[in-house]
Amino acid sequence: MTILSSYLTLAAVLFCVGLYGVLTKRNAIIVLLSVELMLNAVNLNLIAFSKYGVNPSLAGQIFTLFTITVAAAEAAVGVAILVVLYRSRATVNVDEFDELRR
Amino acid sequence: MSTFFAEYAWLVPLFPLIAFAILTATGRGAKRAGAWIGTAATFLSLVLSICIAVERLSGTSTDYIRQIDWLQVGEMTLTAGFEVTNLTSLMLVVVTLVSFLVNLYSQGYMREDDRISTFFAYVALFTSSMLGLVLSDNLLTFYIFWELVGVCSFLLVGFWYQKPEAKAAAKKAFIVTRIGDLGLFIALLLLFWYMPGNALDFSSIHNVFGTQGGVIATGITTLIALLIFVGAVGKSGQFPLHVWLPDAMEGPTPISALIHAATMVAAGVFLVARTFPVFEASPAAMTTVAIVGAFTAIFAATIGIAQNDIKRILAYSTISQLGYMMLALGVGSVTAAMFHLFTHAFFKALLFLGAGSVIHSVHTQDIREMGGLGSRMKITAWTFGIGALALSGIPPFAGFWSKDAVLTEALNKSPILFIVGVVAAFFTALYMARLYFLVFAGKPRQDGHAHESPPVMTIPLIVLAVLSLFAGFVETPFNGWFGEWLTGETADHHGSGLVMVVSVAVGLLGVYLGWLIYVKGTISRDIVSSRMPGLVMVLERKYYIDELYHLIFVKPLYAAGKLLEAFDEYVVDGAVRLTGRAANALGRLNTRLQNGQVQSYALTALIGIVILLLAIAGRRFW
Repeated sequence: MTILSSYLTLAAVLFCVGLYGVLTKRNAIIVLLSVELMLNAVNLNLIAFSKYGVNPSLAGQIFTLFTITVAAAEAAVGVAILVVLYRSRATVNVDEFDELRR
Repeated sequence: MSTFFAEYAWLVPLFPLIAFAILTATGRGAKRAGAWIGTAATFLSLVLSICIAVERLSGTSTDYIRQIDWLQVGEMTLTAGFEVTNLTSLMLVVVTLVSFLVNLYSQGYMREDDRISTFFAYVALFTSSMLGLVLSDNLLTFYIFWELVGVCSFLLVGFWYQKPEAKAAAKKAFIVTRIGDLGLFIALLLLFWYMPGNALDFSSIHNVFGTQGGVIATGITTLIALLIFVGAVGKSGQFPLHVWLPDAMEGPTPISALIHAATMVAAGVFLVARTFPVFEASPAAMTTVAIVGAFTAIFAATIGIAQNDIKRILAYSTISQLGYMMLALGVGSVTAAMFHLFTHAFFKALLFLGAGSVIHSVHTQDIREMGGLGSRMKITAWTFGIGALALSGIPPFAGFWSKDAVLTEALNKSPILFIVGVVAAFFTALYMARLYFLVFAGKPRQDGHAHESPPVMTIPLIVLAVLSLFAGFVETPFNGWFGEWLTGETADHHGSGLVMVVSVAVGLLGVYLGWLIYVKGTISRDIVSSRMPGLVMVLERKYYIDELYHLIFVKPLYAAGKLLEAFDEYVVDGAVRLTGRAANALGRLNTRLQNGQVQSYALTALIGIVILLLAIAGRRFW
């Protein structure tokens, strides 16, 4: 087992944990955290490929920096929406949000 | 050698057609005026027809034909046109005359009806189509008019469509004649296929089958002749397709006189006469025509004895007389057939209009409820009597001479056909005597409100009575002028002395017997029904033909219809409904999915991706 595949396995495990959290958790905050987990699993993949891939280059690590920035912005927006939702509905339970149906 | 009027023969059917168009355009508003428009149009046709006939009589021997190209398909050209021969000019006069008189009569008979202008519109359309049929120079246009005539018959039989019987009768008339029309149509296709140059005009048919001969194989000729005859059987109410004609009496009585006695039903006879060379080329077909004709003549005459509805008795007598015409054609005499058609048109129209006058006055059609009308309806009684005597074949009335001509020709061909004809003549005289004496003689069986009909109804009766008296003299054993004019040959009157004696004897015997039974009472009325109730029952039920047809055709067809309906209901409609339901269910499933829950959307997306991945990965092992 090469070093690359252990990184990839870790990333896959992280991604699956995140995915599980997104699909099952009722609390919107935890769902948001799980999304961050999935993003970071992807970041880990990018780093692993830029270091141990077939054609190593710095591009992957630069991408990761961008992704982290975007993820931060996304988390900020997500939390902001949640705060607004909490103000209007007095809950953060995802089951009770079905605005997408309208 | 003038053809001045013949050139304008196309105007004859045009006048009633214009009347039809006007009446249809004005709708019900026309009322009395509508009736006059129809009558005036037929009067114009009548005048022109008489002019044409007079012109033909004054020695024109060449036929006038004019054709135009109608349709051009590739190499082939369909023509349409009209042809004036002695035969057609005779038919023109008969049709327009009867039609005019019936129009006049209907002004009185239909006066109370709300839809009087619709009635006259239909009659005008019928007259127009019938005249078009007579004038047609080829079988294709003939067929078109033939169908138009059938449609008019349907419309007029069902004119009082509020009555369920009338509706059923109209449908029956249409469907039963349809069977015959199919035969004619197949014959038309066969002719089209086998005729040199695909010609369908009557003169080519005459040439190919008559003078040239042998161009078309005998088997095919027989087949074509028989199929044409099937068409004629349907239209002319011959056995076994006669069942529609008695039921057609549900229509207004003037219609029974015009369509179902004098003109349309004669179209079948006219068709056979027009395509006669085809029949002449096939002895088998001739024999069939003769046998069917003779059988129908005696078959319908026996039914006529046991009926109680005045119009039905006349309907069966029409069937019987049409049988005589077919018999004449079958033994090879167009002259006798056309002569009988000519006289029959007058006296049968007279009888029907007389019956209408009676019904108009007593408001019933059952002859057992009538009686003693002779003293109160003098004109009707006298004219009806003349018609009855003409039908019974008593000299010197028209029917005697024509029936005599038919029987003479039958005797020359085959004694059996002659005997059948004579027996039928006896029954004819008997049922007419029964009808006449029950209606006009004896004591009234009803409260006395019977009265003579208005002049507009009695004048046509008088005109027709005069014609029934004298029309027979155009062709007598001493004077073969009519046949000579019609076919160019002098009819053979060999042995007609015997025929005359026999036919007069049976006619008088029938009338005398009727008089004994229904006036004098010397012979008890139920002498037959008490001894042989079964026989009378069979006659009253018309040999159970209707029941038989119901059992072997109508019921299985209904069953098949139900089966197909079930197939349509459950298989065809089922498939359609299944498709609909499946789409619906899919839609419901999708609405279930679209619940606004982000997590379930994500789950769906995940499942989609997994399936996609499995599919892509699975392809490797395929």
